[in-house]
Amino acid sequence: MGDLWAGITEAFRLLVTLDADLVEITLRSLQVTLTALVIGSAIALPLAALLAVRRFRFRRGVIAVLNALMGLPPVVVGLVVYMLLSRSGPFGVLGLLFTPTAMIIAQVIIIVPLIASIAHQSLRDLWSEYHDLLISMNVTQGQKMRTLLWDARRALLTASLAGFGRAIGEVGAIMIVGGNIDHATRVLTTAIALETGKGDFALALGLGIILIGLAITVNLAIHWLSRTEQEGRW
Amino acid sequence: MNLFPLRVRGAETSRRGKVLVGPIDLDLSGAGATVVMGPNGSGKTTLLRLLHGAARLTAGQITWDCDENYARTRQGFVFQRPVMLRRTVVENLMYPLRMRGVTKAQAQTQAEEWATRVGLEEMLGQMANNLSGGEQQKLALARAMITDPWVLFLDEPTAALDGRATRKVEAVLRAARASGTQLVLSTHDLGQAKRLADEIVFMLHGRVLEHSNAGAFFDAPQSIQARAFLRGDIVE
Repeated sequence: MGDLWAGITEAFRLLVTLDADLVEITLRSLQVTLTALVIGSAIALPLAALLAVRRFRFRRGVIAVLNALMGLPPVVVGLVVYMLLSRSGPFGVLGLLFTPTAMIIAQVIIIVPLIASIAHQSLRDLWSEYHDLLISMNVTQGQKMRTLLWDARRALLTASLAGFGRAIGEVGAIMIVGGNIDHATRVLTTAIALETGKGDFALALGLGIILIGLAITVNLAIHWLSRTEQEGRW
Repeated sequence: MNLFPLRVRGAETSRRGKVLVGPIDLDLSGAGATVVMGPNGSGKTTLLRLLHGAARLTAGQITWDCDENYARTRQGFVFQRPVMLRRTVVENLMYPLRMRGVTKAQAQTQAEEWATRVGLEEMLGQMANNLSGGEQQKLALARAMITDPWVLFLDEPTAALDGRATRKVEAVLRAARASGTQLVLSTHDLGQAKRLADEIVFMLHGRVLEHSNAGAFFDAPQSIQARAFLRGDIVE
């Protein structure tokens, strides 16, 4: 109970004093996660629309694999990305290991299947509703996909938020590929892991409270933005 | 402004080995309004979908008097249960135009024009899903006609409408026919068939039993089943 109270007190102190390290770590967390989210959504949402609209061989297999990859172990992703980006790996020449870019790559790999799977379920339902109409209008595959993505945007926002939740709380993969380097690749989750390892539970808890607050704030902000459109427009 | 004659030769569609419709041989010359009649389950909807290319043939062929892809671009389809895009009324109307590359401003102008023609001008900003069944059907009709199709397929377009809405829809259809649009509609409403039809295709059990001009069909139907249908008997 003492640690919890100390954590809350520490969190408030860090927040009120706008602790420089905390601000830096928080901004890096947001930068890495939001970048990964934008890139992940840009890949996952069209992929989900394609799977909803197009019929091709092994389509069911692709969907099954995508669903299975929702539970992709982040540590394994971290390991694979590490091997690819390490000096002896195929992309070692790029020098990306232990940089925020490496962390973004790992997060993208983790969240793409999650966003695509959730989005696909929504788009599949909408496609069954729209199928006859869009066929009768003789629209192209690309137009069908764009129509689905636009008209299902509220559900897709939820899918992207799920991706954000997964990415902001991720620690295993980014610890491996980022290295948790102070002032370079340290983010909230890796900082929490470090402080816990050092036995500084108060600071770890404080950082945890900030992380939760951040996740809630971003979710609320996105929902608030979506509500600026008229109720029922979606 | 004509895709006809339409030739149907041995057209058939089946699902899991069961023939749903066919084999059908039919020549449509584009007589103005072709009404496909028959009892429920006779295959009217499936025939319309086949003609439009929205259902796949498992045998036979359907040929228009032009390239098939071009023919598809000159057709519209109105479903029995209207499908509304999750958008406003005006956005629903603009949609087919925008998909054809019409500018937003032009599409908006045409959408407002068509909304007025079908009596939805007060509802432009409303979500289409919030309209009544009759209003949705009028919207679906306007949306299908906004691209100025040469052939318009309508699957029981007034089945769920009250008298007033039916009158409005039929007025729009008459105007379309008068301006040269060929109508191919299914109905089991005898009154509507008499009001609109130039020729009748009578179907039963997935096959065409009779095809003649409307006057001849209503005055002297050739088949026992058609006579029974016109008498109001249950036709099996």
